[in-house]
Amino acid sequence: MDFPILSAVTFLPLAGAILILLIKALTGAQIRADGTEDDRVMYAGLLFSVATFIVSIVMFLSFDLNGTGYQLVEEVDWFSGIKYKMGIDGMSLLLILLTTLLTPIALIASIGSINKRLTEYVVSFLVLETFMIGVFCALDLVVFYVFFEAGLIPMFIIIGVWGGIDRIYASFKFFLYTLLGSLFMLAAVVYMYLTAGTSDVVQLEQYAFDPGAQTWLWLAFFASFAVKLPMWPVHTWLPDAHVQAPTAGSVILAGILLKMGGYGFLRFSLPMFPDASVMFQPFVFTISVIAIVYASLVAWRQTDMKKLIAYSSVAHMGFVTLGIFSFTEIGVQGAVFQMLSHGLISGALFLIVGVVYDRMHTRDISAYGGLVHRMPVYATLFMLFTMANVGLPGTSGFVGEILTMVGAFQANTWAAAGAALGVIFSAVYMLTLYRRTVFGEITNPELENIQDVNTKELICLIPLAIGTILLGILPNLIFDITRESSLHALAQVAGG
Amino acid sequence: MFDLETILTAIAPEVLLAAAGLLGVTIGAFLGDRFNGLSFKFGALVLFAAAALAGYHWEGGRAFDGLVETSSYANFAKVVSFVSGGIALLMAEGFLRRHETLRYEYSLLIIFAALGMGMILSSANFMTLYLGVETLSLSSYVLASFHRDSPRSSEAGLKYFVLGALASGLLLYGMSLVYGFSGSTSYEIVAEAEPTMGLLFGMVLMITGLAFKVSAAPMHVWTPDVYEGSPSPVVAFFATAPKMASMVVFAIVLYTAFPQVTAFENWQVIVGIIAAASMIVGAFGALPQTNLKRLLGYSSIANMGYALVAVAAGVQYGAGSLLIFMTAYVIASLGLFGGVLSMRREGGMVEDINELAGLVRRQPGLASALTLLLVSVSGFPLAFGFLGKLAVIQAGVSSGMWPLVIILVLSSVIAMYYYLRIVKIMWFDEQAEDFEPVDGWVTTTVYISALVSVALLIFVAPFSELAETVAAGLIS
Repeated sequence: MDFPILSAVTFLPLAGAILILLIKALTGAQIRADGTEDDRVMYAGLLFSVATFIVSIVMFLSFDLNGTGYQLVEEVDWFSGIKYKMGIDGMSLLLILLTTLLTPIALIASIGSINKRLTEYVVSFLVLETFMIGVFCALDLVVFYVFFEAGLIPMFIIIGVWGGIDRIYASFKFFLYTLLGSLFMLAAVVYMYLTAGTSDVVQLEQYAFDPGAQTWLWLAFFASFAVKLPMWPVHTWLPDAHVQAPTAGSVILAGILLKMGGYGFLRFSLPMFPDASVMFQPFVFTISVIAIVYASLVAWRQTDMKKLIAYSSVAHMGFVTLGIFSFTEIGVQGAVFQMLSHGLISGALFLIVGVVYDRMHTRDISAYGGLVHRMPVYATLFMLFTMANVGLPGTSGFVGEILTMVGAFQANTWAAAGAALGVIFSAVYMLTLYRRTVFGEITNPELENIQDVNTKELICLIPLAIGTILLGILPNLIFDITRESSLHALAQVAGG
Repeated sequence: MFDLETILTAIAPEVLLAAAGLLGVTIGAFLGDRFNGLSFKFGALVLFAAAALAGYHWEGGRAFDGLVETSSYANFAKVVSFVSGGIALLMAEGFLRRHETLRYEYSLLIIFAALGMGMILSSANFMTLYLGVETLSLSSYVLASFHRDSPRSSEAGLKYFVLGALASGLLLYGMSLVYGFSGSTSYEIVAEAEPTMGLLFGMVLMITGLAFKVSAAPMHVWTPDVYEGSPSPVVAFFATAPKMASMVVFAIVLYTAFPQVTAFENWQVIVGIIAAASMIVGAFGALPQTNLKRLLGYSSIANMGYALVAVAAGVQYGAGSLLIFMTAYVIASLGLFGGVLSMRREGGMVEDINELAGLVRRQPGLASALTLLLVSVSGFPLAFGFLGKLAVIQAGVSSGMWPLVIILVLSSVIAMYYYLRIVKIMWFDEQAEDFEPVDGWVTTTVYISALVSVALLIFVAPFSELAETVAAGLIS
């Protein structure tokens, strides 16, 4: 058997977390009198997440880009015919790379801005990374469920310990909302396991559930993924969670956790319940368009920068569902692209907000204004990501939005028209945000001495900026890798 | 027919427990207080030996003209019950010593309670069942009021006794009706009997009596009070060994005396309703609780509700799931009550959940272990409890009881709230004072049960195969 590279990528962060805890326990690292901790632990965590990134690059290199089906498959019996089965295709490959890229960035961004309970912080992030990668690798429904759910605990702790004022409320809301959706999915998984006699994803894709059962199964899976994505009207946990989470938590939440919903639709709902997916297409289109328009309008009226970006995430995820449920190759390709691109852009935007929040300790838009006079580099980067979020051609945001809309147009003209409205609104709220914080005269005297972005922040933002532009100019880099998996996701729907 | 060989294959653990209990009484009479400390090791050793004997005579057998019959299914439950009872006994010693109630009667009562558990698990006749239930219950009443100078403990014992006696009465009355309408007290013969209204009545009364013993709603009202009032190590015992034994007996009686192939399938509906009521009561009842023991009492009601879903699924679908679920619950509960026993400050034990505030700062190991155990008992992935809940959902889905599955899902989410609240207090809140160190058995139990909960999540295959095998034996 080959070296289990997927398990290595998945469990390396967890091993790092355990090691850090052991070292801490053995050396009895002391908490200083002022409550701060030795921040070497932060670098130790960073080391492991960078190592994970490197191993994931190795994984990328051992992946055959021209191959078909799932690759690098690992299988070990677990119990009662349920297997620990891992394997990836193009789509999951890129989502794993996104995860292993964003985690070190999130940790770098935390250096200096997080100064209490560092060990627990680092351990939470590393554990979370393991579960996120596991979600994208799992090829068995029960294994997938375990990873999918388990990630809630570290995120719950991240929001609850290092979050803002209302962190307790936000963390509970985040947890219970997601759990409710997931447990319905669990019941559906059990039913599928009992009916088809397996929980292996590859075999379940071949199994034809009867249309009546498909409807219920689809709804159960939808309950879980729609909350995670999130879709209107079950999105309300997201603004709370984002606003309260620390910057790094928001980056991971928007960058990766939200993508699990879209990934779930493509990996499970479409191939396994094709009839139900077709049946529910108008329903998904309706709420996607509502999400895009409604969330954009709500974003416009926000006074909190993070809340604004959170609502913009809801709108952008609307494009993802629109693309997926267009059942066209171009739409699905666009949706996958949009997920990756949004991972970079929203992550970057939360970091951008984090930069000024660390200096001013407020996210209130009206407290800012005229930042361009003091922070020119910051203003430039902010401009880039604003434009990317709006969907300016040349940035990755453009490609995702245009393709999902083209896909939706082929399926339903009205849905595409509604989504186009959302693109306009996104320009409205993003440019408003940019104008009010960056342009104009400095009105708040506290801003007079504000410092421009430092090296640490540049290290975080530059890779994301490069990624955003690169994907915008050369989108085929992505499409070549994801084409196979997009067609695979569509095979059943198109055939049936 | 008095064949020692046959008797021993069927009830060797019970013979040992009875002999050891009587020996203990004799030793106690001679040594007096000098036996106090030693008796706990003695009792634990006896219980572990009994578990080993149950494992040795795994296939079981039949004796006393069918008064007792032990299946490997029952032996599975015996092993878990005796081992957890032994661990609960070891955890009790330090607590009782500090409260100056370290008396050898405690361990002897546990041994007799274990004898009762063994008897009910080996019962094949209502007479044996009733004797076993009473042996277990009478020992439990005394244990509940073991701190006889404490009003709370006496109150707990009295409440438990009065309500328990009522339940025993119902059980006995049900048995007499069943006997009257079927002409026998043997499970086998009752199973073949013509279903009449009287028999049905008897069965319902018996279910009611048994529901009390497993603290299922609406016969649950004693649970929170007894959990809160009884000395903590006693609760650690109540929550584990007798729960396992009574729940499995509940299943065995229904499966063998009222099998679903006859016209007695009605019990499925009744048990289903009890299960739903327990899940709902357990979920909502725990929400406002701040006393950890009381909260765990409600949590056990909810968990018994989940277990009853497996029972209601019937022997074919639910029997194996029940064992997996109950074992997971017992392992997690032992650790959690170890946590309760660790909550000691100067001036005595504390029980309010807010006393756990910020525990992770000062005792990160204990806090992490307790978090894992809460995760396990809530059925969240990451620990063995998840596979228990998965098994129960599987039982519910395969027997087509969708309403129960949906109630299970919803009540799990509600229950998650109060488990999370404890996690929140341990992880998010400003820290309270340190706990005083407790004795090694308690700490060890907390860590071991957390480790076992995680280990069994990964290496569950042999365990679940065993559970399925013994459950299959029950069908034929």
